[in-house]
Amino acid sequence: MDKLLAETLYYEMVRGRAFEYAAKEHYMQGNISGFLHLDIGQEALSVGAMKAFAKGDVFSTYREHIMALARGISPKAVMAELFGKEAGVSEGKGGSMHLFDPSHFFYGGDAIVGGHLPNAVGCAYARKFQGEEHGVMAVFGDGATNGGAFFESLNIAAAQKLPLLFLCENNEYAIGTKITRVAPFEKQAKKAEPYMPTIEVDGMDVVAVYEAVSEAQHYLEKGHGPIFVEAMTCRYEGHSMSDANSYRSTQEMALCKARDPIERMKKVLQEQYGMDDNAIESLETKAQNEIDEAVRFAAEAAEPAPEALTVHVFTEGGSHALS
Amino acid sequence: MLYREALNKALDETMAVDDTIVVLGEDVGRYGGSYRVTEGLYAKYGEKRLIDTPIAELSIVGNAVGMAIGGLRPVAEIMTANFALLAFDQIINHMSKYHYMSAGKITLPMVVRFPQGVSKQLAAQHSESYEQMLSAVPGLKVLAANDVNYAYHALKHAVMSDDPFVFIEHELLYNKKGEVDLKTPVDPFKARIVKEGSDVTIVSYLKMVDDVMAAVPKIEAALGCSCEVIDLCSLNPVDYDTLKASIEKTSRIVMVEEDHKTGGYGAQIVSWAAEEMFYTLDAAPLRIAGADVPIPYNRSLELRSIPTPDSIAEQIIEWGRKNDV
Repeated sequence: MDKLLAETLYYEMVRGRAFEYAAKEHYMQGNISGFLHLDIGQEALSVGAMKAFAKGDVFSTYREHIMALARGISPKAVMAELFGKEAGVSEGKGGSMHLFDPSHFFYGGDAIVGGHLPNAVGCAYARKFQGEEHGVMAVFGDGATNGGAFFESLNIAAAQKLPLLFLCENNEYAIGTKITRVAPFEKQAKKAEPYMPTIEVDGMDVVAVYEAVSEAQHYLEKGHGPIFVEAMTCRYEGHSMSDANSYRSTQEMALCKARDPIERMKKVLQEQYGMDDNAIESLETKAQNEIDEAVRFAAEAAEPAPEALTVHVFTEGGSHALS
Repeated sequence: MLYREALNKALDETMAVDDTIVVLGEDVGRYGGSYRVTEGLYAKYGEKRLIDTPIAELSIVGNAVGMAIGGLRPVAEIMTANFALLAFDQIINHMSKYHYMSAGKITLPMVVRFPQGVSKQLAAQHSESYEQMLSAVPGLKVLAANDVNYAYHALKHAVMSDDPFVFIEHELLYNKKGEVDLKTPVDPFKARIVKEGSDVTIVSYLKMVDDVMAAVPKIEAALGCSCEVIDLCSLNPVDYDTLKASIEKTSRIVMVEEDHKTGGYGAQIVSWAAEEMFYTLDAAPLRIAGADVPIPYNRSLELRSIPTPDSIAEQIIEWGRKNDV
């Protein structure tokens, strides 16, 4: 991996975490409401996957702020969406859980667990139909792997040999229920094994995630059909701001944080790429400034006009006349 | 032309001019469709565009949503309305909401079509109607085709529109014969005046329109009145203008629907009439609907569970006598 890419991965993780802390702060202040699912601790997965899968379509869950940023959507537009403002990426109509930007091929926030998987399958069908080689990535949690939509999607993607990357972010908890209490395995890739090749990766290691997802995308491009990547990860916060995270012990959290993806990458930058503390600090400062600016922008941005209520229920157009 | 042939023709003609249109569903391809609506299309357009799916309704609609996001124009067939319940997450949480939630950035040019209603002794899990739920979902356009000509034009419109449509058919209409005027387009959102009249407005949709028409001679003879029969065609949005004009003429409204009465679709129409047309009405509105029971298998019980031409005539005549029609 060249130095620039390594720096970028670090920068995106730091910026992502800064974004999440800012979102948390403004949730506590009442500027952000609704359900807010923070991605702190899982930055390596969100950033590594997005940077590796730079060209295809991405369907993700409601824990998608950092993915949206790593995809290239502006922090201002994402923060403004969390604030419910017109300048938000979904003009204040979606909120934290629903960030969509087709210009970045990002169909971010679906808030029905597993509900976006059939959509990703359909999009992969479209891409194959169009002869487009990059394929589609569907990101979902371990909790989604127990539902019917997941199994239907594995089956159809494999039967149709669709270019679809299933990326399971296994943080071991579906809200407060540990995965092993409701599923017979710790690793959910086992469920996909009859259908497609699987790759397991340390989701707290951004370089490893980047490499695994790159490898998986090459596999898609060969036209062999779908592939499954499982990244073991850990979220530091509760499921959402309404979850006090009381079901995990201090010891469990300490073990989790000992694998911190940002600290880990910092070490890589220092040891493998010879970056000094000043250079790293200046990246961190730049990231923080960008987020501070995004918050200012969001706070000052305009509320949606009252008339926006009934806009976008349908398209403006009628039906295309047949020639 | 038969109703199913009109639907087939609508698909064929649109697929011929727009190669992003794909049809997906159970047995829609090689088999030609359970009700033969897609017959011949597989041979013509191939398996890439006529996609035989597994029995997985959630995925049929969910994949169609993804195909639409990816730039195709999918038409999903669900074999029967009861099976669509497995796809309600996709229809309600995804298909109806992505355009709004994304502030218009995502458009879903797609159609979900299925037959519904009581056919003949198919029992409770193959006989129900779900227009009441689906027309209550903002973001979906819901059409119900009774007429063969309407079926042809409305399906074409839906397939070529950029909005998500639910297109409801009826199991007993597939072999209905009718003329199709290929040259005159039809506004799919405009209610159809099936028969003009001056004393009673009878509103209906889908198969019940035919049952109402079968009852009308009896009603008119018994009450000495003239009935205006309206086929709603579009269940959401509703063509209230046509209803208003009719009620202004007749001062009376009867709503006839096949579905269970409690929470049924007709409640919306009657509620509208009570709110908006109260001072025009000369009689309390009458709602004729199915019984609040799961549909039974036994034929005589089955026929007692839904309105029939005889029961429609009987109830309207009784109501008419009470209300000086």
